[in-house]
Amino acid sequence: MQVENKEFKPLIVAFCCNWCSYAGADLAGTNRLNYPADVKIIRVPCSCRVNPMFILRAFQRGADGVIICGCHPGDCHYTTGNYYARRRMTALFSMLDYLGIEKGRTRVEWVSAAEGQRFAETMNSFVSTIISLGENKRLEDLRCKTK
Amino acid sequence: MQRIGVFVCWCGSNIAATVDVQRVAEELKKEPGVVFSADYQYMCSESGQNLIKDAIKEHALTGVVICSCSPRMHENTFRKAAASVGLNPYMVEIANIREQCSWIHKDKATGTEKAIILGRAAIAKVHLNAPLIAGESPVTKRALVIGGGIAGIQTALDIAEAGFEVDIVEKSPTIGGKMAQLDKTFPTLDCSACILTPKMVEAAQQEKIKIYSYSEIDEVKGFVGNFSVKIRRKARYVKEDICTGCGLCTEKCPQKKVPNEFNMGMDNRRAIYIPFAQAVPKVATIDPNYCTMLKTGKCGVCSKICGVKAIDYTQQDEIVEAKYGAIVVATGFNPISPAKFDEFAYSQSPDVVTSLEYERLMNAAGPTNGTLLRPSDGKHPHTIVFVQCVGSRCDGAEKGKPYCSKVCCMYTAKHAMLTREKYPDTDVYVFYIDVRTPGKNFDEFYRRAVEEYNVHYIKGMVGKVVPENGKLKVQAADLLSNEQLHIDADMVVLATAVEPDPSARSLATKLTASMDTNDFFTEAHPKLRPVESPTAGVFLSGMCQGPKDIPETVSQASAAAAKVIGLLVKDKLVGNPCVAHSDELLCNGCSSCEKVCPYGAITYSDKEFRMPDRTTALRRVAAVNPAVCQGCGACTVACPSGAMDLFGFSNNQIMAEVDAICK
Ligand SMILES: Cc1cc2nc3c(=O)[nH]c(=O)nc-3n(C[C@H](O)[C@H](O)[C@H](O)COP(=O)(O)OP(=O)(O)OC[C@H]3O[C@@H](n4cnc5c(N)ncnc54)[C@H](O)[C@@H]3O)c2cc1C
Ligand code: SF4
Ligand code: SF4
Ligand code: FES
Repeated sequence: MQVENKEFKPLIVAFCCNWCSYAGADLAGTNRLNYPADVKIIRVPCSCRVNPMFILRAFQRGADGVIICGCHPGDCHYTTGNYYARRRMTALFSMLDYLGIEKGRTRVEWVSAAEGQRFAETMNSFVSTIISLGENKRLEDLRCKTK
Repeated sequence: MQRIGVFVCWCGSNIAATVDVQRVAEELKKEPGVVFSADYQYMCSESGQNLIKDAIKEHALTGVVICSCSPRMHENTFRKAAASVGLNPYMVEIANIREQCSWIHKDKATGTEKAIILGRAAIAKVHLNAPLIAGESPVTKRALVIGGGIAGIQTALDIAEAGFEVDIVEKSPTIGGKMAQLDKTFPTLDCSACILTPKMVEAAQQEKIKIYSYSEIDEVKGFVGNFSVKIRRKARYVKEDICTGCGLCTEKCPQKKVPNEFNMGMDNRRAIYIPFAQAVPKVATIDPNYCTMLKTGKCGVCSKICGVKAIDYTQQDEIVEAKYGAIVVATGFNPISPAKFDEFAYSQSPDVVTSLEYERLMNAAGPTNGTLLRPSDGKHPHTIVFVQCVGSRCDGAEKGKPYCSKVCCMYTAKHAMLTREKYPDTDVYVFYIDVRTPGKNFDEFYRRAVEEYNVHYIKGMVGKVVPENGKLKVQAADLLSNEQLHIDADMVVLATAVEPDPSARSLATKLTASMDTNDFFTEAHPKLRPVESPTAGVFLSGMCQGPKDIPETVSQASAAAAKVIGLLVKDKLVGNPCVAHSDELLCNGCSSCEKVCPYGAITYSDKEFRMPDRTTALRRVAAVNPAVCQGCGACTVACPSGAMDLFGFSNNQIMAEVDAICK
């Protein structure tokens, strides 16, 4: 890979389900567990609420990585939501890979409300993967650039 | 365009130390639609809330963004504050700049920049918020209890005691469940019938309780507060309101060779029968599989003998339709069949019995009138071997169950003790993997069996039971002394695993309640909501939720009743307005949404639409029942035509957040 650009600040969108992962992120905060500010969280009721459209939009608008976090399998507040999310995202991610959005830029992770540590670790590892992949240039639509 | 107010909280120094709150307020003031922006030390304090309320009034705000701690902390506080001055509470959004920002980023410049972005995302969302009004639905003040074992009886009694009507639907001819078949009960050794039958009678006499015995659930429709249920009253060929339960018919019926299920098939009953003396309701039932009249049209003895003319050979199943506000599942359990465990020779020798059969053999109302006799030759057994964990705690689970059945250790200790008490000349062996006795006075009970009653407890497995010359040759391993044991036993008793009633699975489908892989009903939360099912308005009581003994069953039964009462005292239920809704003009009726909805909230109907050419056409479209929808959003993503959307988390709102973050 090319030499890393030290200045590169990735733009990362994290969709977190309200019942587990969002609470896990809160716990990471309460325990003062650091992860890069590049991660911005969007709260959704359940991981199954994440429409592939949202992910495409994020990449189109220049996001460098998108991560979806939900309850552990079997723990979804709505029983089966995360299974749908997992199935949908597997299909979407391989399609994105085909379009040139490397698999590393997309991820699904299960984080419970008790796993603040796991949330911070997940974000740290995701950000470093994205940094090593560099900027997303494949899907970004320059017409969307405002600056 | 919305008129938005932004309120940035310092949270003392929790936020202000690492986020430049003034700058956040200033920057957000520049966003389109923002007409007011302020920062304050504690937004959640009374004066903070007053600041918000005043600004809403003064600046005629239509939307509010609070940059503060997690919405999981204070979303409700701020929504209430807004509502108190007439702003719809769902016009409030929170940017979480504490847990997700100030607490994790040490560098002030970074924290401030991120806080501004999070604030922008919330503003972008609020622009698309619409006032939401939570729907209200009335509550039918009547409960349904499915299953009339001790669990169902206790739940019904508690609900009735609180003043609400309850119906019990029991599939067998009498209520009472398995407890009616037990002899004595651990750990107190009081007689099961003596403590159960008064409750059965109380249930029968309680004015608020209606018992549908010999009945099953055909169909369940509706939702919490408003269930509509079809109950099938199976034809018992006896008029329930006329039969006095005198039992004359059950003595005169010429069909004498019907295996008696109450005594586990160890003796016979007639084709017309009353399950046991204290049955409730005490009404005869004709078993259509054995009745000669029903099968061949010849006989009619019972009808001739019945003094009150209660027999009706033409009776048909009857469907009763009733409305309920809450449903309690109390369908209990069954012991598994030991047929799969060939090594214990259950199908080869009548002297190998299950524990429930043993209960009947010990019971004064059982097939031997309480004298312990070998089923094969009616002789008194001198050596009895008890085998624990038959089908419980099996790996692989193709033969048995992966879980511990929880009651077997204790009832085996009970059986061993009662046997030694009544017949001190018998040798009693118990083979166990572990003895599990957590429970009040349980371990003491087990130790009494070992120490006072000299029951031989042997840690080890029984490998094989071979019937030979009237004896049962038991081959076993003693794991502690590492010896092979050979015992010539007169009887072998198998503590078979418990499993949910076979009817539970289809019932769960009717109720859209979920089950685990072992077909036990699952609770809404394993720790914090143990008596509620994930389906609103459906509650769980007793063994149908998992193995438990009578004290635990009764506690859970009363807990479920408390939850039901809490629901029925309400006149109206206020729903969650963040629910799905479909755009009928876009919907193509494909059913994709219906298939993914875990709650069955989506239904279809044919609607008339005016077409562009001024004709009308019928189209099948989806509609969401807002009282049932829980707002997960699964359907919104499944919908291929973009017709399904979620209030509060709409496609446009989330897109706007994505856009604001990726600027
Ligand atoms: C051999 C043995 C000995 C035991 N000894 C003791 C003891 O000494 N002490 C103790 O504390 N516990 C003991 N137990 C445990 C005790 O039996 C249970 O805890 C208790 O019976 C559970 O009550 P329940 O109401 O949940 O289930 P059940 O007793 O099984 O009652 C369920 C009822 O629901 C009905 N039903 C099922 N499906 C449907 C349907 N689809 N529609 C309508 N009705 C339906 C059934 O016909 C039944 O009447 C023993 C268990 C066994 C097997
Ligand atoms: S949001 Fe969830 S619960 Fe509501 S209708 Fe859609 S799938 Fe069903
Ligand atoms: S998935 Fe969409 S188009 Fe299909 S029935 Fe449901 S709302 Fe209509
Ligand atoms: S609620 Fe967390 S994944 Fe469904």
